Amino acid sequence: MLDLLTGFVGELRAAGIPVSLSEHLDAAETLRHVPLEDREAIKYTLGASLVKSSTHWPAYETAFEIYFSLRGPGYAIAGDDEDEDGDEAGGSEKDDDGSSLPGKGGRKGKGQGGGGGEGMTPEELADMLYKALLSANSSMIQAVARQAVNRYGGMEAGRPVGGTYYLYRTLRNLDLDKVMDRLVEQARKATGAANEDAAHDPAGPEVTLTPLEERLLRDEYQARIDQLRKEIESEIRRRLVADRGSEALAKSIRKPLPEDIDVMHATKDELVALRKSLAPLSRKLAVRLARKRRHGRKGPLDFRATVRSSLSTGGVPVDPKFRYPRPSKPEIIVIADISGSVASFARFTLHLVHAISSQFSKVRSFVFIDGIDEVTRFFDGVDDPAEAVHRINTEADVVWVDGHSDYGHALTVFWERWGEEINPRSSVLLLGDARNNYHASGSWVIKEIRARARHVYWLNPEPRAYWDSGDSIVGEYANYCDEVVECRTLRQLERFVGELA
Amino acid sequence: MTSNQTEATGVSTGRTEEITSGFPEAGPPRFDSIDAVRTGLAGVDYLADDGISGVVYLADRLAKPVLVEGPAGTGKTELAKSVARLTGSRLIRLQCYEGLDESKALYEWNYKKQLLRIQADSGQSWDELEDDIFSEEFLLTRPLLEAIKSPDPVVLLIDEVDRVELETEALLLEILSEYQVSIPELGTVRAKQIPLVFLTSNNTRELSEALKRRCLYLHIDYPQLERERAIIETRVPGISQALADQVARIVRSIRSLDLKKAPSVSETLDWARTLVVLGVESIDAEQAKDTLHILLKYRSDIDRASKELAGLDTSG
Repeated sequence: MLDLLTGFVGELRAAGIPVSLSEHLDAAETLRHVPLEDREAIKYTLGASLVKSSTHWPAYETAFEIYFSLRGPGYAIAGDDEDEDGDEAGGSEKDDDGSSLPGKGGRKGKGQGGGGGEGMTPEELADMLYKALLSANSSMIQAVARQAVNRYGGMEAGRPVGGTYYLYRTLRNLDLDKVMDRLVEQARKATGAANEDAAHDPAGPEVTLTPLEERLLRDEYQARIDQLRKEIESEIRRRLVADRGSEALAKSIRKPLPEDIDVMHATKDELVALRKSLAPLSRKLAVRLARKRRHGRKGPLDFRATVRSSLSTGGVPVDPKFRYPRPSKPEIIVIADISGSVASFARFTLHLVHAISSQFSKVRSFVFIDGIDEVTRFFDGVDDPAEAVHRINTEADVVWVDGHSDYGHALTVFWERWGEEINPRSSVLLLGDARNNYHASGSWVIKEIRARARHVYWLNPEPRAYWDSGDSIVGEYANYCDEVVECRTLRQLERFVGELA
Repeated sequence: MTSNQTEATGVSTGRTEEITSGFPEAGPPRFDSIDAVRTGLAGVDYLADDGISGVVYLADRLAKPVLVEGPAGTGKTELAKSVARLTGSRLIRLQCYEGLDESKALYEWNYKKQLLRIQADSGQSWDELEDDIFSEEFLLTRPLLEAIKSPDPVVLLIDEVDRVELETEALLLEILSEYQVSIPELGTVRAKQIPLVFLTSNNTRELSEALKRRCLYLHIDYPQLERERAIIETRVPGISQALADQVARIVRSIRSLDLKKAPSVSETLDWARTLVVLGVESIDAEQAKDTLHILLKYRSDIDRASKELAGLDTSG
């Protein structure tokens, strides 16, 4: 058990969760007090000493599922010809682990054995899925997940994959959207029928499905479908563990922490997670910066105030007064490329900069693809930057010719229209991958800006290794920038913005 | 007098390091099993899930403080109160705020009394006098020291610990890991019993590693549908099951929207109480819209939610 725990802790560290030695010791101590057969309890209590941040919890959960997965013959990956055996074993296994409803599980096992010569037909499976979702019976949902993976997963032993593909295949075949529609339809009919019953009794209240009720139903079914999805995911994972062992799998399935997700290549789900962690991040950053300001050293002696306060002590300056240092609040000018792949990165940066705009004397933002447009107005009077960022995408006028990045043209136009307004207090941030589609670079603009502004930084969301490859000309711009920073994750972004203010 | 003052305020730097004998005796465990925690808490109207009861049980067994984090209004403070009620211990509460210092959190010398003592009797030699005025008689205990000194079982609640400055956090470290307080003039005060300690945080800033390392971590999120329904039923007297179910489901739907501030459990309870008082049996869209301001505290959120609930947008 201790070996297992050590391996587990190693995996957590590899996933980026900081686990100190004393926390490891606490976890080991935990195992002495918590009954080992209670898997849920182990999960939560181990988590209490190993994970100290709620954003790390999903990564922890994944690792836990892998290292402390349920093992047994039922989870072996069955080949096509052994389909039936797989089903049988699955059925009886259900009895053994008896998770929630042993009685139900037993019946189910028999049902499967009788029903499947070749496993279940798609129709039967669809029917069963539908019933499971309608009744919200968790053991039934589990059984469906198991069957679906058997049927559609097409899992092959020994392949070094993370299981995302299997998940995708299973879900595509189940076609959950259609099931959802069917469920709602059914509910509508049911109330319709109730309505007719009520019609016989004229005093009875009229029952219809109001929009509110429909909405609630929909959410209810959505929750059940999410549960099913999770079941399928863990089912696949369990089989993979049985096939390849914990350590090998952990490596391929490891999820990055939200702050370490590569913004440019984030999946849709990851983007949602990113967006969620952005709000607390910017709040924390603002608090930290404000605190830094307040605790800064005192300024020079304020002679007037000292004399004024000395009057109360008979003209003896007992209590010297100091001027508060004027916080050097830089003026920020953000010029962001919002074409294609770098768009999400630009959005996050704009969001973050504006969320802490109280820390700057002024923030102006410009976005471009091949045309350039000022978007500061979208942030004015809006208390939620996310909303403004959304409006930028729909309303900003950034296309000049063809909607492919043209840094040269965008920069030139910027210089002509707004170049005058750059002053020695402004810091200019340029965001983009500098992939210019072989247009003219317009790097002379950067040089001019550099001459006027206090600082010029370039944030590049691409890994450093890709710089200056293909049509990337970040090196040419770098000649005129104070610094070019690789900024791929929220963590890097936060650090940069923190140092800026 | 001034010299006393500087000595007393210099406490945290001049920590005496004769602390090797370590831990105070751990009392008998308060709870038998995780299930005992859960049923016990349910007995005092606090419905704990697996995570909560597991961590509370562990906190008792390992004698470690619990750091509770989560959105506002999910029952973090309530957990500490309920555990105190369950174990029949005294609840000592330290509300944190910016500017909290050790004279408010740990202890303070009673200068006025010391001064009186010095003036009242000048026959003594200075050494005797010094021993005398730095005795427990002249010590004003503050919540942390009080929790340590109490002979009876105590639950110590350090509320909203994220509000104090990073530097002030260090005050807590000694008490959290060793259950003792070092007072330079007196020596080390060790706990007579190990208090159950809960720290709550709204996560407005990152707490220091040192603090986190000493605690068990518990994140309380919005409850699942079933649990929320059960919470409503236990906490709102006179609510019908159907209404509780409906309330829980509507709240879940609202939380799934992208809002500035999702409705918390306490706001849900307020809403349920309001509906009971209004004599509502079953909520329709109109009533929901009229009472939404209890659930949501931002104009834009209310607009958004009422629009969604009225079904103008069923795509989501």
